[in-house]
Amino acid sequence: MNTKFSETEIKEIEKVSKKLRREILEMIHNAKSGHPGGSLSCIDILNVLYTKCMKHYPECEKNPDYKNRDRFILSKGHASAALYAVLSHCGYFKEDELMTFRKFGSRLQGHPCCNKLNGIEVSTGSLGQGLSIGCGMALGLRLDNIKSKVYVYMGDGELEEGNVWEAAMNASHNKLNNLIAFVDRNRLQIDGSTEKVKSIGNINEKFKAFGWNTLEIDGHNINEIYEAIEQAKQSDKPVVIIANTIKGKGISFMENNPNWHGKAPNDEELKLALQELK
Amino acid sequence: MTREYKSVRSAYGNTLKELGRENKNIVVLDADLSCSTQTQIFAKEFPDRFFNAGIAEQDLMTTAAGLACTGKIPFVSTFAIFASGRAWEQIRNTICYSNLNVKIAATHGGITVGEDGASHQALEDISLMRSIPNMTVIVPADEKETIQAVKYAASVYGPVYIRIARTNLPDIFDSSYKFNINKAVIMQKGTDISLISNGETLVETMDCAKILSEKGINAEIINVPVVKPIDSDTIISSAKKTNRVFTIENHSVIGGLGSAVCEVLSENYPVKITRIGINDQFGQSGTAKELMNYYGLSAEKLTEKIMGQLKNDTTAKCIQKI
Repeated sequence: MNTKFSETEIKEIEKVSKKLRREILEMIHNAKSGHPGGSLSCIDILNVLYTKCMKHYPECEKNPDYKNRDRFILSKGHASAALYAVLSHCGYFKEDELMTFRKFGSRLQGHPCCNKLNGIEVSTGSLGQGLSIGCGMALGLRLDNIKSKVYVYMGDGELEEGNVWEAAMNASHNKLNNLIAFVDRNRLQIDGSTEKVKSIGNINEKFKAFGWNTLEIDGHNINEIYEAIEQAKQSDKPVVIIANTIKGKGISFMENNPNWHGKAPNDEELKLALQELK
Repeated sequence: MTREYKSVRSAYGNTLKELGRENKNIVVLDADLSCSTQTQIFAKEFPDRFFNAGIAEQDLMTTAAGLACTGKIPFVSTFAIFASGRAWEQIRNTICYSNLNVKIAATHGGITVGEDGASHQALEDISLMRSIPNMTVIVPADEKETIQAVKYAASVYGPVYIRIARTNLPDIFDSSYKFNINKAVIMQKGTDISLISNGETLVETMDCAKILSEKGINAEIINVPVVKPIDSDTIISSAKKTNRVFTIENHSVIGGLGSAVCEVLSENYPVKITRIGINDQFGQSGTAKELMNYYGLSAEKLTEKIMGQLKNDTTAKCIQKI
């Protein structure tokens, strides 16, 4: 793969990822609940997508080009802390609001709610539905001859939902080359290894069999993420980027540990975690 | 009296076509039942705006949600059992929680699905749809009311569920009828009992009232096409007048129109209510007519049931007439 970013640029992007990771952990610690594991596994991709690849407008409807924006759906809505951190970084809202995450009266609901917060295209949280919603958006944009892309971010455990495969058929049947899906392949779900709970097997081959183009990357390698997204934009078919990631990435004691799927760090754990993100 | 029976499903398909001509944002989705639901009428004229999800109702509903996110007005059709059952959580969590502009026009509700039997007879759809916030629920009783309900749904923002009958229905309303989302319709004024119905059972209720009047019982008939938001005022006024209410519906007695009326009256003006519908059981194969009769929803069976109830009811105002 050709390297797109220089080392200095990569350092800058990784610096942002670190800041976002700190915010994710502080939000979840402050809320005393949330999903650190899956938020940390997807944050590098969300960072590159929102800051380098996607056409979007934090001022929303005030921008005359708003209807031409790319769409993003966080189908694995439990990684909301990651999305909020990125949205805030991009200027959708001020960073101090992050500390309202999961609190009573907050716009930052436990799972994303589109009627409370600008920048959320559709409410998610119940797994398996995002890819079909993405198909509908892709169809709607095509009807209006809008050349934007629709990005759908799924978890790997989420692929156990039948709705995902209904959508996979829908996308290839309708030749939705404006649809780009991600699978956050961190190999863990609440009850343990995805292969133990219900083996997903070869995701690449499965999507290929459904008529998709597929790309496989290291979901924490900035250049690989960027290259894959840029390549996906040129796809003649719906395309899935299978991102091999590490659940809890960046925090040694959270990495690859399913116990951190939906648990908040206590004061001491937060302190230790933040030291690793200096 | 001979009645002219009309296909409300064809009326639905033709109305979609008409709406499609007026508004390019109208799109239609189906799940391999477009010949039954009659969305094929729209599909023939607007193939680019018709999407067949195949036999995949969860994808059907969530794709419609995505289309709505881009400003389209999706009408989604399949049988009521699959629309409301198979995809309930998609409707709840994606369409209604996001408050998306999706219109679900489900055909084949109730026992009158007939020969296909219990697996295809949705007896719970109104209950399932009524309990979701942001959802409007409409059960039209004839062709004119169906057409107006569909046009109403297209004209307002937000999720709407419309139950389109499988059976052909006789004209009940004349050309002056105006569907009103906020108003139930007093079909006949009366003083002894209130008969509250909608959809396919409305005509049976009207015929039942005729038989009752021959027996000296003066029934008030109220049509409640909009089960949610329900017109409480009309129902309360009628209960105040008659003091005895019967609800009649082609649906389980749990959670549908009968329950909605009970909720209104128990909180505002408690009177004795008898819910007539399918009594917490599955249906079976048979003609629509046979099943309506067997499950007590034909005019004759309704009359028997109501007379039987009134005989033993010392609180009913008309007890002396029986």
